[in-house]
Amino acid sequence: MYYIDPHIHMVSRTTDDYETLAKMGCVGMSEPAFWAGYDRGSVDGFRDYFEQLTAFEPRRAANYGIQHYTWLCINAKEAENVSLSREVIAMIPEFLERPGVLGIGEIGLNKNTRNEVIVFLEHVDLAMKTNEQILIHTPHLEDKFQGTRMILDMLVGDSRIDRARVLVDHVEEHTIKHVLDEGFWAGMTLYPVSKCTPARAVDMVEMYGPERLLVNSAGDWGPSKPTAVPDFILEMRRRGHAESAIRRVVYENPKQFFSQSRGFAFDPPE
Amino acid sequence: MPVESPGQAALEREFLPIRAKILEIAASLDRIERCEGEEMADARWQQLQKAIALLLEKQGNRAGQVQLLFSRTYESDWREAFQIG
Repeated sequence: MYYIDPHIHMVSRTTDDYETLAKMGCVGMSEPAFWAGYDRGSVDGFRDYFEQLTAFEPRRAANYGIQHYTWLCINAKEAENVSLSREVIAMIPEFLERPGVLGIGEIGLNKNTRNEVIVFLEHVDLAMKTNEQILIHTPHLEDKFQGTRMILDMLVGDSRIDRARVLVDHVEEHTIKHVLDEGFWAGMTLYPVSKCTPARAVDMVEMYGPERLLVNSAGDWGPSKPTAVPDFILEMRRRGHAESAIRRVVYENPKQFFSQSRGFAFDPPE
Repeated sequence: MPVESPGQAALEREFLPIRAKILEIAASLDRIERCEGEEMADARWQQLQKAIALLLEKQGNRAGQVQLLFSRTYESDWREAFQIG
């Protein structure tokens, strides 16, 4: 089955991973900007990173028939440096018209601090002024519930936002309903220990239905599994779900959400 | 030939995996207790005890309840605390 991984950090993966993903049916992916594992020191560090995301990774993916898209921002983990964050936010428009750029992301909260909130709101403001879609990171573990609710407060409080153009990622059992009830898209991340398993993701599809739901691997430089979406597909099959229902979650839904972005020029494999 | 109900099918599919996970939890708790440290006073140990008790409650949202048990509290007036309008 063809699928699209809507959240994966391929700059941290090897070319062998591209080959494996292609063999498993991956035909498209989107890569949000994220934390490198250390705090970058200057706006030029981000400029180089955005060059990698918008030029090099699409070429590397294309060698295996995978269409690569991206999102730009400074990650919440680096938002405590508000002055650097503002420099990066001011520089992002240099890249917004490049092919394959889907919007602003993954912005969000990490430890739910005041500075993170300030930088989040300034990213949202940029997205509104440039008519971009938004991809949102929600915090990990004990911070997730509080942070997700704070993020929803900010989004709902901004009347400029079209909720159908916002994806709130890393939802779990205690946050998914809040996100869907407010009209946003929700992403389930299949990630060892700190996020969701394929079985629990299928549980949530069964409980809430497939509408506005995405599933992703968030494969990155940490312990993660870039082939987690095929694990989800297998679990759906084991439980007897129709191929059309599986395809909707792993292929049609990301295509529908991304299609709202002017940077999404997808060439279907069929 | 009797048709297996969805519940029976789910139990058939989940029984061995659940059994294995319960054994893993049991062995993990034994491992911690064998260390004979101060773990009983650690708030995380108390959280684990409460989480295990939640599993025995007869309601359909155990996963969500366990998630909330391990979550910080959301305060709707956080904007005022941060002085952000």
